[in-house]
Amino acid sequence: MDAAVMFFIVGAVARLMRSDLRIPAPLYEALSIYLLLAIGLKGGAELAKQDPLAILPKALAVVALGALIPLLAYPVLRAIGRFSRSDAGAIAGHYGSVSVVTYAVGVNFLVQQAMPHESYMPLLLVLLEVPGIVVGVLLARSGGSVAWSKLLHEVLLGKSVVLLVGGLLVGWAAGPKGIEPLTPFFFQLFKGVLCLFLLEMGLVAASHFGDLRKTGFFLIGFGVGMPLVAAGLGILLGTVIGLSPGGTVLLATLAGSASYIAAPAAMRIAVPEANPAISITAALAITFPFNIVVGIPLYFQLTQLLRS
Amino acid sequence: MQTHPCRLLVILAEAALESRLVEDALRLGAHGYTIVDARGGGSSGAREALWDADRCIRMEVLCDAHTCEVLGEHLQQSYFAHYSICLYVCEVGVLRPEKYRA
Repeated sequence: MDAAVMFFIVGAVARLMRSDLRIPAPLYEALSIYLLLAIGLKGGAELAKQDPLAILPKALAVVALGALIPLLAYPVLRAIGRFSRSDAGAIAGHYGSVSVVTYAVGVNFLVQQAMPHESYMPLLLVLLEVPGIVVGVLLARSGGSVAWSKLLHEVLLGKSVVLLVGGLLVGWAAGPKGIEPLTPFFFQLFKGVLCLFLLEMGLVAASHFGDLRKTGFFLIGFGVGMPLVAAGLGILLGTVIGLSPGGTVLLATLAGSASYIAAPAAMRIAVPEANPAISITAALAITFPFNIVVGIPLYFQLTQLLRS
Repeated sequence: MQTHPCRLLVILAEAALESRLVEDALRLGAHGYTIVDARGGGSSGAREALWDADRCIRMEVLCDAHTCEVLGEHLQQSYFAHYSICLYVCEVGVLRPEKYRA
C-alpha cells in the first residue's frame, strides 16, 4: 500500500481511538490551496503543448459523463433508497461532481506503477466539477425555482474551480519553461503535502463514521456500488475516446469519485432542505476511503484487463 | 462611565450562510458586525471546523431594538427551517449609541 494511503489510515485510526490529533483549519486551507494550484499548474504547462481542438471532442464526452452519472444515481436513490427528491438530487449531484484529492491519489498511484497518462487530465477534472452539481440541483428542484445566479457564483467561483482554473491558466501562459523554477515547491513537495492532507482526510472521514449507523445499510451499498458503476462507465468512455490506459484509469477515478468540497457548498445554497449529513457521509465516509484503498487499484486492474 | 442601552444580536450558524447573513444584516439596518470562526455542537450534530462543510461562525450585531426585531424575524423565517443556526439577544450598554442606531 502506498504511503499516502497509509497516512489516511493513520488519521482515521487516530480519530477512532479518540486521539487529540487535530490539523489546524488554516493549515488544512493552505494544504488544499497548494494541492489545487499544483494540479492546475502541471496540467496547464502540459496543455501549452497541445492542440485545443484535438482535446475538445474528448472534453465534451467527459462533460456528458459528468451529467449522466447523477441521472443514473437519482432513480436508485429514490426507488431503493427511498430518499426524498431533494436528498436524492443532492446526493446524486455529489456523485456527479468529482473529488480532487481522489484524483491526486490516482495520479500518485500511476506514478508508482510507472504508467503515463495524458497531460491534459487536470482540464477534464475542472470540466467534471460543475455539470454533475447542476444536474443534481435540477433533479432535486424538478420544476421548482432555483437561485441560479447565487448557485453558479458558488460553483464557478468556489475555491476549487478558481484555483484549478487559475493554476491551469498560469501554467498554460507560462509554459513548461516558465514553471520550471516552481518545480521544487509545487512538484517535488507534492507527495509530502498529499500525505499530510490525507492524514487530515482520515480524521475528517472517521469523524463521520458514527453517522453511518443513522444513515443505514443502503447508503453503504450505494457509496460502494455507485463508484463502481461510474468508474466502469469511465473505463468504457476512456477506451472509446482513445485515452491511454493511464488516462483511462484517471477518468475512471474521476467518474467514481464524489465531491465533498464544491458540491456540499453548492447544495446548501440551492437545495437547503436536503440533509447535508447524508450526502457528506456517503461521499466522505464511504466513497472516498473505498476509492483510495480499493477503487483505484481495481480500476487499474480492470483497465489492464480490458486493454489486454 | 456613561453607558447607553443597546441590543446585541448573536447568531451562531453554519459558515455556508456567512455572506447571506452579512448581506441581510446590512440591508435591514445594522451598521456593522463582527464574525469569528467557532466550534461546537447541538441538535444538528457537532461542528468541529475540521474542514470546509464543518465550519461554523459566531456573528455579533450591535443595533437598536427595532433593527434587532426586524433582523431576528427575517433570520428566523429565512433560515430556521433548513439550516443549523441559533440566535440570542442580550441587552448591553454601549458608549457611543449613535454608532448603532438605524
